[in-house]
Amino acid sequence: MDFAFLSETMQQLLAVTPLTIELWILCITIGCVISIFVTWARVSGVPGLSHLAAAYVFVFRGSPLLIQMFLLYYGLSQFVAVRQSIFWPILRDPFNSAVISLALCTGAYQAEIWRGGLQAVPAREIEAGRAIGMSRLLLFRRIIVPNALRQALPAYSTEIVLMMKATALASLVTVWEVTGTAQRLISQTYRTFEVFLCAAIIYLVLNFLVIRVMRLVEHLVSPHLRGRPAAEPLAVAVGVPGLAEAGPPRPVVPGAPPEHAASPTEMPEVPR
Amino acid sequence: MNLIEILGFGEKGWGGLLLAGMMMTLAVTITALIIGAIVGALVAWAKLSKSLVWRLIGDAYTTVFRGVPELLIIYLIYFGGSLWVSWLGSLLGLQGFIGLPAFGAGALGVGLISASYQAEVYRGSYLAIVPGEIEAARAIGMGRMKRFFRIIAPQIMRFSLPGLGNVWQLSLKDSALISVTGLAELMRQSEVAAGSTRLYFVFYIAGGVLYLVLTTLSDRVFGVAERRVARSFRGGLGRG
Repeated sequence: MDFAFLSETMQQLLAVTPLTIELWILCITIGCVISIFVTWARVSGVPGLSHLAAAYVFVFRGSPLLIQMFLLYYGLSQFVAVRQSIFWPILRDPFNSAVISLALCTGAYQAEIWRGGLQAVPAREIEAGRAIGMSRLLLFRRIIVPNALRQALPAYSTEIVLMMKATALASLVTVWEVTGTAQRLISQTYRTFEVFLCAAIIYLVLNFLVIRVMRLVEHLVSPHLRGRPAAEPLAVAVGVPGLAEAGPPRPVVPGAPPEHAASPTEMPEVPR
Repeated sequence: MNLIEILGFGEKGWGGLLLAGMMMTLAVTITALIIGAIVGALVAWAKLSKSLVWRLIGDAYTTVFRGVPELLIIYLIYFGGSLWVSWLGSLLGLQGFIGLPAFGAGALGVGLISASYQAEVYRGSYLAIVPGEIEAARAIGMGRMKRFFRIIAPQIMRFSLPGLGNVWQLSLKDSALISVTGLAELMRQSEVAAGSTRLYFVFYIAGGVLYLVLTTLSDRVFGVAERRVARSFRGGLGRG
């Protein structure tokens, strides 16, 4: 193992890692905005609009991202009208083209994820919300969105990891991010495996961090699944046999108030 | 020149080339899926193994191949493989750079990626087998091999079909990346046609449409297969 070469390669690749992260954050954010509009159109029930949204999802999920990116970067420049339009300074830049095509693609995938999340909202919860007189907006904010988001999160974290890998395609429209730089180093040095190793480590670390953060978010938004507090004070107090002992011990939460009625000697009086 | 002439099958038309590319895409994806099935089954076996070492190897495989960009893996196989073959050649007295065949390298690259996804599919299917059936087979004295071929393998294949459909779609789209090695598949042919005619928009749209045809058709094929397989299941959730 040539550690000098490895560390030099690593430094060169780490220098372009911010570009990969920038591509990723931009395409995820723009894609998310697109997907919200597409999902809204898809479930709106307006005939033309929902068909249009379905067609969008079909086209962008059914064809390779590479061909979409080439279509945007090389294809649009074929038209004089595009070259003379006000959008040309944006589209001419390979970085912008890459971001736009990545965002359009992930927008379609994310829209499918949100739709799946919406479908998973239990109908009876919506009915219950209506029954107690929630307005449409309140129902949406309190019942539908929290439920759908929670259902969609695991699929969403898979999708954003896939997008981290998809940013590699930007190198084919001359954006020199990690994969592009790695390819250039390989063709300069002919040391494929060492360069691959460095680039792979960068991607694996990035994806590991993304997955960890998403797990944390999933944990934070699902307190209801984290086991209900065991050993209810009432059961202890009334002395129902077996009930107080049953159930898993309450997890120790730092900063939580001390447990009530911890020992039999401190047991409160039972009113008769 | 009008569009029909350019996209047609005449002397100046590129239609034939694009269709040939489409066939090449199909061929390379099918080869990749077969490679992926073999490697994926082995990786699934490693991940389900009782030995910690095998489990770690299996987990490392799926983590690396699902966590690293597909393009990077194709570069590794193509350039790395070619350098390795050149080195072997130099031992045999052959001088210079020996390129790996683009088809083989591409199919291997996409196949190894697809193997990591297939391994997860097979693992999930194995875990979905009702344990009672394996116990019953053991109780009536079936050997390991017989148990695998009579009880486990048929069920894994049935349970895996929907998951394999997804992997196939992924591999079909990954196969576009093989174009970087110069293999004349659909993506590459679209590029060549676009570059020669300078009609980039037309040919990338045409290529994209042909990919949509491939994904839609294969969706249908998997749908039919799933319905056929569903006959052997008793009616239940999601097996309509």
